[in-house]
Amino acid sequence: MAKDTNSNQYQDQFYKQKHKEEMKYQVITFAMMIAFTIIAFGLVAGPFSKLFVVPVILVLAGVQVLFQLYYFMHMNQKGHEMPAIMIYSGIFAAVLTILALTTITWI
Amino acid sequence: MSTATLEKRGFGATLWDYLTTVDHKKIAILYLLGGAFFFLLGGLEAMLIRLQLMVPDNELIGAQFYNEVMTMHGTTMIFLAAMPLIFAFMNAVVPLQIGARDVAFPFLNSLGFWLFLFGGVLLNCSWFLGGAPDAGWTGYAPLSIWSPTHGVDFYAVGLQISGFGTLMGGINFIVTIVNMRAPGMTYMRMPLFTWTAFVASILILFAFPALTIGLFLMTFDRLFGANFFVPDMGGNEIIWEHIFWIFGHPEVYILVLPAFGIFSEIISTFSKKRLFGYSSMVFATVLIAFLGFMVWAHHMFTVGMGPIANSIFAIATMAIAVPTGIKIFNWLLTMWGGNIRMTTPMLWAAGFIPTFTIGGMTGVMVAVAAADFQYHDTYFVVAHFHYVIVGGVVFGLIAATHYWWPIMFGKVLDEKLGKWTFWTFFIGFHLTFFIQHFLGLIGMPRRYWKFLPGQDLETGNFISTIGALLMAVGTIILLYNVIKTTVKGEMCSQDPWDGRTLEWSIPNPTPHYNFKQLPLVRGLDPVWIEKTQGNGKVIPAEPVNDIHMPNNSFLPFMISLGLFIAGFGFIYRPDTSFGYVLIAIGLIITFGSMLIRSLKDDTGHHIHKEDLEKEGAGVE
Repeated sequence: MAKDTNSNQYQDQFYKQKHKEEMKYQVITFAMMIAFTIIAFGLVAGPFSKLFVVPVILVLAGVQVLFQLYYFMHMNQKGHEMPAIMIYSGIFAAVLTILALTTITWI
Repeated sequence: MSTATLEKRGFGATLWDYLTTVDHKKIAILYLLGGAFFFLLGGLEAMLIRLQLMVPDNELIGAQFYNEVMTMHGTTMIFLAAMPLIFAFMNAVVPLQIGARDVAFPFLNSLGFWLFLFGGVLLNCSWFLGGAPDAGWTGYAPLSIWSPTHGVDFYAVGLQISGFGTLMGGINFIVTIVNMRAPGMTYMRMPLFTWTAFVASILILFAFPALTIGLFLMTFDRLFGANFFVPDMGGNEIIWEHIFWIFGHPEVYILVLPAFGIFSEIISTFSKKRLFGYSSMVFATVLIAFLGFMVWAHHMFTVGMGPIANSIFAIATMAIAVPTGIKIFNWLLTMWGGNIRMTTPMLWAAGFIPTFTIGGMTGVMVAVAAADFQYHDTYFVVAHFHYVIVGGVVFGLIAATHYWWPIMFGKVLDEKLGKWTFWTFFIGFHLTFFIQHFLGLIGMPRRYWKFLPGQDLETGNFISTIGALLMAVGTIILLYNVIKTTVKGEMCSQDPWDGRTLEWSIPNPTPHYNFKQLPLVRGLDPVWIEKTQGNGKVIPAEPVNDIHMPNNSFLPFMISLGLFIAGFGFIYRPDTSFGYVLIAIGLIITFGSMLIRSLKDDTGHHIHKEDLEKEGAGVE
């Protein structure tokens, strides 16, 4: 399989293409993350009410975490299904706990 | 061959081998010994409880000592007996069932065991140092915060150390099962014990952090003057209950799911049928784990959470009866029309089904929030959870002891004595706990030191104690069986039960690299497939090659020993400044050992191809 130079060439080309695409996405994501950060700073500096600023910043932060996980830590690629399941189950257990404590115990 | 080398070595060399081992098979034996020791200790405490409650107004043991015995019975049985015994069988069997040469992190595996052992020993040192914990195994605040002796400190620190070990074990098994399955062993071809071990490990990963946090808060409250659970200072006692049960409820599934897996293996093997509804069994296991995180507050119906919260948790709890029911019916239908052999493990499995069903039924009864106000804190609840924990977990562990003894020690336990164990223990168990349902309904409260005459409680309690003595007889017969088999028993064939899964394809005794060549798995029950469709031998997936194995290490012992010493330091720091010295010594040992581990390259060793070929062909 490895001796077949023809298929190797095609493979190389395929991977080159793939890496190029990945690079593109990473650059776009990086630019967006910087933009998000600037927006967040702008919101805090600008004349907005706290009720508006806090949720927006939290949403931006959530999106940034997803960018980080999916584009920089390669969770969008194959073979990362198990980590994804574990991360989401962990988030599920944590959210459930916090939700219950905030609704039952602290109010 | 490996026994021959074992016999040649002296006692000291064997001891050193076990102190430093990273081999999952030897760690399994260590877990089995550790767990069995604490199981006997917890059993002894149970005997004291039952003897105290044999007759009304008894003065056999004092009230304070009764509280300590009762607390330590629960704590020991859950954390120091059931958990390590589950880990014993996970270690012994899971790598073999998935066709792996060891677990993913052998060093961590050994560290997990020593942390458990030192945590357990630390906890039990409290008996000799001014009194054991006395606030119940749940350690509810404010009782646990104001308990005057050091008992609860030992509880918090001891469980913390042994909890680290459990957490490491859980992570280790997740990684092992995800990454180290043999070629062809897809998720839906994994034996059910491996599946349940996998799901239980995930539960450990998500549930134990809650215990860690809770115990840290308790430690800070008791030893460092914090006020997390002190309402006067703005704390909240109820938070402890929530945190404890967010851990505690998944914990019971961590215990019972592997037991379900054990029974699935046993019932399928001794019915000579593949497991009925394999995929629904997997689905039910995952569903139980998922629902298990949403039901913790059913332990707290009487706390005053309000009708809405109570209803949500009541319904979620009742929902768990559905996947459990799926499992019960699947086991029955596996046996249906099967070629059943009533060996000792199968006898335990057959005894488990009705017993656990009774426990499940009373479980649905206590899940009804309104009715639970009657059952709460009575012997009805005691009867319920002993039916599920003894009837599920302990039956499962004893069944596994008989079933996998040939894998762990190369010999079959005596069948006749095994049946004696079963009948004495089984009858004793039902005598002890069935009557407790009615004692609870009459109104006998749990955790009380004595009961008074003339309240219709005498007969029930007397019967219960007789049953407990019978259970003790069963356990002693099992011990005698183990000693007799070890001394007199003969080595058995590699497959004494006509097994179905990969662990039965390995020569007896198991070579320390497990598989000379990794096996190729062609379907569910791979060994059975080869027996019926092939030549009876598992097909190798690779040529004979050098095998990479990890080196033994003494560091896990030292890391745990350090934490053990530092634990004493933390407990006695408020009394004496010598505590600081102990903390310093302990932490230096622990972190020093970690530093050595980090700086010293230890890349393991290779077993060479030539040596493997010299030993003769293994799998062909």
